[in-house]
Amino acid sequence: MNATSTASDASGALMLYRENGQFKTSYAADQQLLPIAQDRWFMVALIAFCFFAVPLIASDYVLRALVIPFLILTIAAIGLNILVGYCGQISLGSAGFMGVGAYVAYNLTVRVPQLNFLVVLLLSGGSAALVGIAFGTPSLRIKGLYLAVATLAAQFFLDWAFARLPWFTADSPSGSVSTNPIELLGWRVERPVDKYLLVLGLLCLLTLAGKNLSRSHIGRSWMATRDMDVAAEVIGVRPIVAKLSAFAVSSFYAGVAGALWGFIHLGSWEPAAFSVTMSLNLLFMIIIGGLGSMVGSFFGAAFFVLLPLLLNRIPGMLGIDLSTAMKSHMEAMIFGGLIVIFLAIEPHGLARLWAIGKEKLRIWPFPH
Amino acid sequence: MSSAIVARLRQHWPVVLLATLLAAGLAAPLATGVATTGFFLEVLLGGLMAGVLYSLVALGFVLIYKASGVFNFAQGAMVLFAALATARLAEHMPLALAAALALLLMIGFAVIVERLVLRPLVNQSAVALLMATLGISTFLEGFGQAVWGNDIYRIDLGLPKEPMIVGAQRFAGGILISREDLAAAIVVGALVLVLGLFFQKTATGRALRAVADDHLAAQAIGIPLNRIWVIVWSVAGFVALIAGLVWGSKLGVQFSLSQVALKGLPVAILGGLTSVPGAILGGLIIGVGEKFAEVFLGQALARWFHLEGGGIEQWFAYVLVLAFLLVRPEGLFGERHIDRV
Repeated sequence: MNATSTASDASGALMLYRENGQFKTSYAADQQLLPIAQDRWFMVALIAFCFFAVPLIASDYVLRALVIPFLILTIAAIGLNILVGYCGQISLGSAGFMGVGAYVAYNLTVRVPQLNFLVVLLLSGGSAALVGIAFGTPSLRIKGLYLAVATLAAQFFLDWAFARLPWFTADSPSGSVSTNPIELLGWRVERPVDKYLLVLGLLCLLTLAGKNLSRSHIGRSWMATRDMDVAAEVIGVRPIVAKLSAFAVSSFYAGVAGALWGFIHLGSWEPAAFSVTMSLNLLFMIIIGGLGSMVGSFFGAAFFVLLPLLLNRIPGMLGIDLSTAMKSHMEAMIFGGLIVIFLAIEPHGLARLWAIGKEKLRIWPFPH
Repeated sequence: MSSAIVARLRQHWPVVLLATLLAAGLAAPLATGVATTGFFLEVLLGGLMAGVLYSLVALGFVLIYKASGVFNFAQGAMVLFAALATARLAEHMPLALAAALALLLMIGFAVIVERLVLRPLVNQSAVALLMATLGISTFLEGFGQAVWGNDIYRIDLGLPKEPMIVGAQRFAGGILISREDLAAAIVVGALVLVLGLFFQKTATGRALRAVADDHLAAQAIGIPLNRIWVIVWSVAGFVALIAGLVWGSKLGVQFSLSQVALKGLPVAILGGLTSVPGAILGGLIIGVGEKFAEVFLGQALARWFHLEGGGIEQWFAYVLVLAFLLVRPEGLFGERHIDRV
């Protein structure tokens, strides 16, 4: 949704999207996050729109069913993108790390009820990071496809642990857990709008942190490792630091996203909520959105949330009646097909299309 | 002479350690008296039979990886698709005809994959190709169920269902062997033999091996790469069909069949990804390891940690492979990879 609105905003400003006349006189100005003034204003407007306008115009249904899952999945996708897109370590176990976050958060709220939810989030992200480091250690020795299988080991082991170790569910007999509404310094996060604002705030913070990490020293060491790990090692990047920090940061994001997914989106969940299907879906999101790109994580998550909705609407408009099973099959086919198409035509995903659009806009109407 | 052996063993101490641990795990139930000899053998045989079925799926992975360097995540979806097609077609015609038609479908699928996926993605990184097969897998799962339906279907291969008991006079109660599994093991053995002959003796097989070895050199001497890819994906489709028939008659043809492939994955990796004997041996190791873990280790874990039931076969294969890869990153018979800048 944000993507479409930004596109129309931008096309209204066509000729105004120029950077001539904007001179940089200091290193700080040259290094800033958004070097073009129009981008900065656009970002301010977008954030203001999300914080002030969306709560007024969006219905509870839209917030609950679309916007909140989109925001939480974006956090998880950014986390996975840091690992796969920036550091090049393929992971099929990200949902397992989300599960760690969710179950740690649940245990903390049950066992230490007076704890602030933000501290809970921090701790659940932290414990997911520790688990991520533990399961990321094999990446120092095994690579590529072999690593994919190692991360699947993490996924299946964690799946099993959630279902079978009674500690995780605080001895709940059915294996499923349910949560109470969160209270944050007297703010009861119960209505969809409150949930939306909380998740949005966290997403903004995490995106900013992720973006800055990726363009800092550590981010450059991730990218060097991704592009060629032996060469990176030769020029002085320590693989143990680069790879394990990517696993840690990625799992931290996954843990926070998992806790939010459990507490804010699902409310109550079963161990199957964090299965390998979720891991694969997250991988799809970042492939379609764009590997190694922050904005791509947003696009991918938005795409993933919107596609089922469109598939629900379109057959109805065309007057074709599809069963639910058929719809889910169609969804699988479209997703699968799109992944292949994207990999073949545009391996950098929607984010690349976005960048091309911006570039075209800058030189419009004289493309030379 | 013996000092040389000792030196070699000392040099490869992680391998020795792992082998010792595995052997100890294998012998522990007997040594501690948890199991009688008869029961021990029964579990062992059951594990070997299950392992044969895993090798069958792993074989599909290995074939495609050898010839095209693609780690085919869609093997499971191919198993599901082939089994679904056979089961649904067999409702209208004899089973053999249905299976033949399903094989034709798999060949058609191979042609489409080569045209629409492999050709545009040539020279991409291995991980990009893996992700593409993830896409194929999702597509095929959706497509197969959209066309053929998503209930549970039966395939009746006419295999005897009732188990047989052997060695009743030597061990108390004898050893229970499932005839179905035995028949499956024979089928798999025959399949491996046929594939081996195909690879070693026919011109096409030699071309396939040449491509696997070095596809630029193969292309230079006039081997058509695109046709080879079609052939190898068709062979993998054939293996998927056999796996689908065997697993389908055992478990019923349903969506979970595609998850069987997730078990073939660690098997292929354990064997070394490029080696057919590796896939077979890997399957046997994982089959036995998993059965032992479930029957003996699972009980022990449940006793020690008060777990709710076992279920450790869900992850045991993966953790076993993970431990193995840490010691020997190229798997059992894989090619040792040397990184250069």
